[in-house]
Amino acid sequence: MAWRIVVGLKDGVTDARGERVRREIGHHLGIELQNVRTLDVYTVDALLSEEEVEAAALGPFSDPVIQEVAINRPLAHDFDILIEVGFRPGVTDNVGRTAREAIQYLTGRKFQGGEGVYTSTQYLLTGGVDKEAAEKIAAGFLANGLIQRWNILSADELDPAMGVPVTVPKVTSDVQPVVQAMDLNVADEQLLKLSRDGMLALNLEEMKTLQAYAADPEVRQARAAVGLGADLTDVELEALAQTWSEHCKHKIFSARIEYTDETGKQETINSLFKTYIVGATRDIRAKLGEKDFCLSVFKDNAGVIRFNDDWSLVFKVETHNSPSALDPYGGALTGIVGVNRDPFGTGLGARLIFNTDVFCFASPFYDKPLPPRLLHPRRIFEGVVEGVEHGGNKSGVPTVNGSIVFDERFAGKPLVYCGTAAIMPARIGERLCHEKKAQVGDHIIMTGGRIGKDGIHGATFSSEELHEGSPVTAVQIGDPITQRRMFDFLTIARDRGLYSSITDNGAGGLSSSVGEMGEDTGGFELHLDRAPLKYPGLQPWEILISEAQERMTLAVPPHNLEAFMALAAEMDVEATDLGVFNDSGYFHCLYEGKTVCYLSMEFIHEGVPQMVIPARWEPKQLSEPELAQPADYNATLKGLLGRLDICSKESVVRRYDHEVQAGTVIKPLVGVANDGPSDAAVFRPLFDSFEGVVVSHGICPSYSDIDTYHMMACAIDEGLRNYVAVGGDVEHVAGLDNFCWCDPVKSEKTPDGEYKAAQLVRANKALYDYCTALGVPLISGKDSMKNDYQIGDTKISIPPTVLFSVIGKIEDVRQAVSMDVKRPGDLVYLLGVTRDELGGSEYYASQGQLGKNVPKVDAGYALDLYKALNRAQREGLIASCHDLSDGGLAVALAEKAFAGGFGIRAELGKVKTDGALREDKILFSESQSRLLVTVRPEKRAGFEALFAGRDAALIGEVTEAPVVEILGTQGQKLVSADINQLKEAWQAPLREL
Amino acid sequence: MSKQVKAIVIAGNGTNCEREVANACRLAGAEVADIVHVAELLAGRVRLDDYHFLNLAGGFLDGDDLGSAKAGANRLLHAPVKGSQEHLSDQLQRFVEDGKLVMGVCNGFQLMVKMGLLPALGGEHRKQSTTLTFNEGGRFEDRWAYLKVDPQSPCIFTKGLEGVYLPIRHGEGKFVADSAATLKALEDKHLTAVKYSDAAYQAPTMDYPLNPNGSQNAIAGICDESGRLFGLMPHPEAYVHRTHHPRWTREDDLPEEGMGLWLYQNAVRFVRENLL
Repeated sequence: MAWRIVVGLKDGVTDARGERVRREIGHHLGIELQNVRTLDVYTVDALLSEEEVEAAALGPFSDPVIQEVAINRPLAHDFDILIEVGFRPGVTDNVGRTAREAIQYLTGRKFQGGEGVYTSTQYLLTGGVDKEAAEKIAAGFLANGLIQRWNILSADELDPAMGVPVTVPKVTSDVQPVVQAMDLNVADEQLLKLSRDGMLALNLEEMKTLQAYAADPEVRQARAAVGLGADLTDVELEALAQTWSEHCKHKIFSARIEYTDETGKQETINSLFKTYIVGATRDIRAKLGEKDFCLSVFKDNAGVIRFNDDWSLVFKVETHNSPSALDPYGGALTGIVGVNRDPFGTGLGARLIFNTDVFCFASPFYDKPLPPRLLHPRRIFEGVVEGVEHGGNKSGVPTVNGSIVFDERFAGKPLVYCGTAAIMPARIGERLCHEKKAQVGDHIIMTGGRIGKDGIHGATFSSEELHEGSPVTAVQIGDPITQRRMFDFLTIARDRGLYSSITDNGAGGLSSSVGEMGEDTGGFELHLDRAPLKYPGLQPWEILISEAQERMTLAVPPHNLEAFMALAAEMDVEATDLGVFNDSGYFHCLYEGKTVCYLSMEFIHEGVPQMVIPARWEPKQLSEPELAQPADYNATLKGLLGRLDICSKESVVRRYDHEVQAGTVIKPLVGVANDGPSDAAVFRPLFDSFEGVVVSHGICPSYSDIDTYHMMACAIDEGLRNYVAVGGDVEHVAGLDNFCWCDPVKSEKTPDGEYKAAQLVRANKALYDYCTALGVPLISGKDSMKNDYQIGDTKISIPPTVLFSVIGKIEDVRQAVSMDVKRPGDLVYLLGVTRDELGGSEYYASQGQLGKNVPKVDAGYALDLYKALNRAQREGLIASCHDLSDGGLAVALAEKAFAGGFGIRAELGKVKTDGALREDKILFSESQSRLLVTVRPEKRAGFEALFAGRDAALIGEVTEAPVVEILGTQGQKLVSADINQLKEAWQAPLREL
Repeated sequence: MSKQVKAIVIAGNGTNCEREVANACRLAGAEVADIVHVAELLAGRVRLDDYHFLNLAGGFLDGDDLGSAKAGANRLLHAPVKGSQEHLSDQLQRFVEDGKLVMGVCNGFQLMVKMGLLPALGGEHRKQSTTLTFNEGGRFEDRWAYLKVDPQSPCIFTKGLEGVYLPIRHGEGKFVADSAATLKALEDKHLTAVKYSDAAYQAPTMDYPLNPNGSQNAIAGICDESGRLFGLMPHPEAYVHRTHHPRWTREDDLPEEGMGLWLYQNAVRFVRENLL
């Protein structure tokens, strides 16, 4: 029998969680409840004595000061409806895992196989709620049906003696492991069906390639020698599907693209990735020569650049869009702990120093009917924010930089970008830390968590649009603590030199991690039955491709095996020997001694046929809107400050620990009241040096609706502009590109594929052009190419979006500059030129217009300006610096002023413009490469000398009076607004979220 | 024992701040500031007895899955030390009886409170009488807070200080006592060493966000009657240098040393004067 321990707050203690749930139910569902209280339930399915259960209940499970407990009886009273929400069988239950460990410490006995602790939550609702409404509350807010189940009882249905009926969500299975042979010698239609039904996400040409491989007589002979028949096994098919998935193989970025531009000129591009991304970095490194600071690019889990003689910097940004659409909390949590493993598993391993996160959502205030299977954007917002909060905070990694971008089309798929930087010693003993190689004879060791059905088909799932049959097993829930323990252990193992190579188990699971590491030696032998499982009943193919989290794969030399395993045992981290790396040339998996997968390494890694994608660029016929000038500039400015893309994200930023590790020197919130919007973060990673890391990003999908070439250019400039604003050195900086696209392959489902593919080509061309011109090498990146939603006739494609992340160095963090104005009398300079470039701007969007004149970037001009700014910062000439982006000059002036707590008086007549511009265009243009700086009067001469011959217009000064006053070109008052009112307009929209 | 101030920071199972705590100890003058994984203590290779100043760092012990630091407290109480008859908690008890110093920050404070190490009224070190629970706002928050120091407190760490400005970063920081009597005893004995206050450190406050979590009597940290055991929710190790201050780019007269360092300097001074 399972024990049931219910824990609740004593009468009179505030239930903050219950109150929050009550408020959110009101927001989400419009159901106003009187009261919500919560109880925690532990269902303990283990052989324990009554005394032991009582000791657990009164010890680790409850807090005697504020809580009371009940064992095998209900605690609920005075409610109308009770909803109990628990996990479905097999879903990661972190609290249950900790509860189990606590009981083990208490009793001194380990749990037996099949024993476990399962957690659930009871919500006690009062105030005019019936069962129908309760069902709506459970399904629409409290629970996610994909991973959770619920039980609803009215007060009179609750058995006063027994309480809620006990459910033990144990995975039970009497499934015997079987390996199925898959006959590929079938008609094309059958091949496609096989791919579809099996969630393989392989196209016909790929399936036919497999068919031909299986039919090859030499292959057949080799297979016969290891006891395999002519048909491929399900293990083999799944291994191939994972390895060849868009997610893992980046088939679109590797494709041959037949591109036709607007003049009809044709061009063949053999791999966007090699041509533009790798190509840019190659050319920049050649130009940098001895000053090249790149150490490891594109070949590892993350990119590595030099920090100083003794230390190197590691950075990676990932997306976790598809899982976040289905389960925002689990998807985002997995996103952050997943990307943590990338830098951790780069080279021989690195120490994580900070996270970044950028989200793209539809408005949380979305009030139209939603197509099936889509969660409301507010639930996505809440879940993603909370997932990243738990993942980042619990891992002890500060979240220092990020943003949230809104567009209605992100209702189809939200974008969740998670980045992590790390620092590694330049050398470990004699070895360069950023290099690694598995050796023949090394053991294949898997450490960390166990394998379950979670995350099966994650790689293939994210290579498709979100559809009716999207699998629930693709959802995973991260476990930051298991990962933390593993990292603690592996860091010691690294420093003791116990392994040759390390990589993480992400998409594709062991198939991918062992498969890729095996390329070092040219083969391996992997025993799937030796892998530790969360519960029985997994098929061999599931063990191979499960994406269960918190696992790393290592290559451990035989002579270190004993020491490695002993350290793991002492630190309470599971490590299992699954086989050996060899030079057989084969991807060889066995189950209970029998071969179940035998594929040539060459075929699995090189055999995928290159796609051919047509692309045709036809610029849209767009025009500039004819708008009247605003009648009330104060109102227009306040309206812009309150737009979702511009307004304060403080309610989210505060939920992320941005200071753990005591290295955050420029924080996300700055200024006199610690609430101004920082442009970028500065982080000091070493206690014995003032050298710092600077991180920032650029993202501007709204420009994609005009031209993705300029969208890309603007994202790069924005990233670099934010970086340089705080003092980042433009001569020691690298970039990472994360492409999130809608399906660009022309098909029945995607009739406009040629246009979308051309958009992709143009973004890549800009990436090459601007990175090379600015001298910013790309060191890593990722693409997510199927961000569409399609059910029935409804198709939602996201706007093409690239997150351009920037990481680099500041020689001395004490020279960093924040964005807030510092003191009255300081002079306000606008760097750069303002043009008639409002296409895709916030100002136009606020009036329902797109426009045509998208901002364009002059890379040479920008670089010269940024270098001058760097010099001024090093010489201490700059009091504050803020970049101009969404909302242009007016928004930047307002933000600078209210962040600093002083007013600004500025004259539009002094702004350097390209030709005569109307006042609203000067104020709201989003021309690139512009920054606002303030300079103390005594530094004026030095500053102006440095900027002589450059565009640095003295447009005003900081005032004691707390008013932003902007004079028009004729000297008339356009804007005159109290900074507190401006700040309120900027803070109000997302304050309560 | 040689004439060295020896600090230890326990790490593992979800601690996050061990590096900066050790750094603070070193900057404050401790000759030794070892970060020791709890596995090493449980293996019996490292003993608490060899140190003077024990630091319980911030983090999320076991993910705070059973409530902040609950599972961590359970482990310290029940995990046996290899090769001996004792539990880690026995070493800890001896450490306290030897007149040594313990400071718990954030999750470390939660751990001390939930083990009963604080406030330990009447010297009872195993009975929990106060707690730290979910912030009034129901959410994790990172923000800086002004702390008014009780000048009459026996607390070793806050001696001579009037006020300190430090960041809080927690979801469960609301201080609650089990009874009005406990709360009164804490106040009467001046064990409530630091309280959330206004920016001028004039008076404790219940106003959000100055009091970020709704703590009873605005209590941010407490000590035991000896003043040698101290815990607080704000992070002193996060403000040991000028550039940690959120407004260092605009406040020109900030001293090079951060205010949090003062607490560690007091600890090191105490060890030097009393334990070496």
